[in-house]
Amino acid sequence: MTKERFYKWIFTALAFSSLFFLLGIMITLLVQALPMFRQVGILRFIGGKYWYPTYSTPSFGILPLMLGSVVVTTGAACVCIPLGVGSALYIHELAGPIQRAILKPVIEILAGIPSIVYGFFGMVIMAPMVQRFFGIPTGLNAFTASLMLGVMATPTVCSIAEDALNVVPSSFKEASLALGANRWQTLVKVIIPAAGSGISTAIILGMSRAVGETMTVLMVAGGAACIPRSIFDPVRPMTATIAAEMGEAVMGSLHFHALFAIGLVLFVITFIFNIVAEIISRRFRLRLGLGR
Amino acid sequence: MDSDIKIRAENVNFYYSETHVLKDISLDIYANQVTAIIGPSGCGKSTFIRLLNRMNDLIPGARMQGEILLDGKDIYSPRTDVVELRRRVGMVFQKPNPFPKTVFENIAYGLIINGIRDRAFIRDRVKQSLKKAAIYEEVQNRLNENALMLSGGQQQRICIARCIAVEPEVILFDEPCASLDPISTRKIEELILELKKDYTIVIVTHNMQQAARVSDFTAFLYLGEVIEFGPTSKIFTVPEKKMTEQYLAGRFG
Amino acid sequence: MQDKSLLQNKDMLVYKTHSMKGKDISQGLGFMLLVLCTGTALVFLGSIIYFITIRGIRVISWEFITDVPRMAMMKGGVAPAIIGTFYLTLVSISFAFPLGLACAIYLTEYSPKGTIINIIRLSINNLAGVPSIVFGLFGFAVFVNAFGFGVSILSGGLTLGIMALPGIIATSQDAILAVPQSYREASLALGATHWDTIKKVVLPAALPGILTGVILNVGRVAGETAPILFTAATFYTRGFPHSIFSEVMALPYHIYALMTEGTHPEVQTQIAYGCALILLCLVLSVSAIAIILRQRQRKMYGQ
Repeated sequence: MTKERFYKWIFTALAFSSLFFLLGIMITLLVQALPMFRQVGILRFIGGKYWYPTYSTPSFGILPLMLGSVVVTTGAACVCIPLGVGSALYIHELAGPIQRAILKPVIEILAGIPSIVYGFFGMVIMAPMVQRFFGIPTGLNAFTASLMLGVMATPTVCSIAEDALNVVPSSFKEASLALGANRWQTLVKVIIPAAGSGISTAIILGMSRAVGETMTVLMVAGGAACIPRSIFDPVRPMTATIAAEMGEAVMGSLHFHALFAIGLVLFVITFIFNIVAEIISRRFRLRLGLGR
Repeated sequence: MDSDIKIRAENVNFYYSETHVLKDISLDIYANQVTAIIGPSGCGKSTFIRLLNRMNDLIPGARMQGEILLDGKDIYSPRTDVVELRRRVGMVFQKPNPFPKTVFENIAYGLIINGIRDRAFIRDRVKQSLKKAAIYEEVQNRLNENALMLSGGQQQRICIARCIAVEPEVILFDEPCASLDPISTRKIEELILELKKDYTIVIVTHNMQQAARVSDFTAFLYLGEVIEFGPTSKIFTVPEKKMTEQYLAGRFG
Repeated sequence: MQDKSLLQNKDMLVYKTHSMKGKDISQGLGFMLLVLCTGTALVFLGSIIYFITIRGIRVISWEFITDVPRMAMMKGGVAPAIIGTFYLTLVSISFAFPLGLACAIYLTEYSPKGTIINIIRLSINNLAGVPSIVFGLFGFAVFVNAFGFGVSILSGGLTLGIMALPGIIATSQDAILAVPQSYREASLALGATHWDTIKKVVLPAALPGILTGVILNVGRVAGETAPILFTAATFYTRGFPHSIFSEVMALPYHIYALMTEGTHPEVQTQIAYGCALILLCLVLSVSAIAIILRQRQRKMYGQ
């Protein structure tokens, strides 16, 4: 029995590792970001319009970086919501058994394409195409980045949304069809509302992935740290800023701490996204009577 | 008739969170006899026999009151070693559940986890157990095959052999024939009659004919209560309670 | 598909009114839209694979895969990057696998219901959502600086490992949960202890599923770039890494470096195509194996 208790104790201790790492990340970011907040102040950091970290009188305002992230993520949402949810609905409703047997695993496999590949593809193929098509000075801008991010998030959104559609009891569908609704009406009026919060979870998780994505935006977004005026302006989202500048920042300098502070902001944003997704998906399961 | 009491249940009450599943059950189970527990589905018969080797401990939110004595000792006292209890009170489940291992490994499993390392002894015991479970002839050349490759009836007898191998004192059968064909059922019933020489047996069944064929004592449970308990011959011919008579006549359940 | 034929029969029976036609038109348009969405997604994703394969295949040769870089990247191959990616993946998985498995065992076999379990679940979900670059920052501050491992395979591997942890926990948990409860009951009823049951019955039965999950995560880890930017990766090494404390070249980082550093953009782009193709082949074949295996296993359990 003591041996039993020993094992249980070990597993309990190890099970807390995730919490431990999560707290570790939080504390590291806080500690490293603190000098930044102390010297510049949170409001001037978040609300500041100018990001000039290497000037002789440096300015650390991350508004342009945050706007960069917002623009790119919103753009990505415009791409991945229709594509991801649309294809999930297609797989759920229209695809025959053979098509489904192929499409489901293919989508899952495509979700594994590394982000660096999207970045590379966006840089060498998509950007020149965008530049020529719209006749603009550079193809490396918020538009191209949104496009690539959106395509990247599509398999994730599709896969999770399809799972959500699958949990909707088939009795709902049968009841609607039996009342004389056609398949489209059933889909729009019964199945989508029933799976609604599951689909929203898929979208939020897709967005969360897009906000936190680094390599694609680093290579494709153009990297200009100023407030964008149009979707075709180059931007520098938060993740790209950290990735691009960490190598140059002198360790322990204000710039160094500023990058950790950006990391903290990112962490908080994705944390909120995840909590919201969690709450919605729990409500979803409860509403369909699935428990937990 | 040997009238030693092996297991005595006294005023047992059992709850799944809020539901009162067993109500004030008192039963004596005699050594080297077959005791059958019958009743309509949902009456608590499976719940009851799972209390006898504390398998219900695995269910979160379950609560038990009363006493169950094995050889006069309360098995729910904090000092009871549950692992040792389960070795002494074996169980055969409704659906045959051999491990996805070879036939040999299945039977040897109980010995190995009880710390036996002697290969020759294990081999011997496996053979004996298979013989006792009346399956040795059929599988003697297939000992290294995956047990899941056998038929349902064979799998169930493998599970019985696996149970015998650790030499329990009591064997609990939880509807052992529910998922088997009539011929396999026949074989298991014959086996139970054979096994009662060495073991005390409790069998849950919803099949009244089966209870009549194999058991010495029968308890009729309805909605979590013992309606009637007594020698099988008496219950099936001159039941005391009207409800027992109606159930046996197939009026409900 | 059954309900389709049902519906057609029904349509024939029902008197066709105008509203009926309107319904049919909206259904036709709606379904066309869905086909369009799926088509667009597939064309996009397909074209990525197509372009990289077509342009990458020209660059790839035996020398490209097995040789070290020569003449400032102009000649030779990218073998150190392939090996580097292999080492990083190896370190990360050997860190994350035992930890993740232990965590999954606790959550499925030991956990008492209630607050503790909710806290752990919540932290796993949130760890899964942390941006990869933030893992990079953490690895840099903790492993590279605080622990003094420097920019090395060890630092990068551990950083990647923490990132892979939630995925490994999730897949292992699924595999353990798929083991029928009847196996556990059978073992316990024979007088096996809880730990014996886990070790001798549950884990062996769950093993195929657990390994599939690990393979799936290997694919993800191998393709990550952001976490190793400041913890492990370097643009150029003269040969292969000597120890766990050396910095390494890695395929994904190499693609990035080729496109943003160096002095011969045209040649470097070609090499990047080659690297991208190798990476894509590695990652996609690994995850394809895992996903196909998983589907087979699901069928076996009759899900």
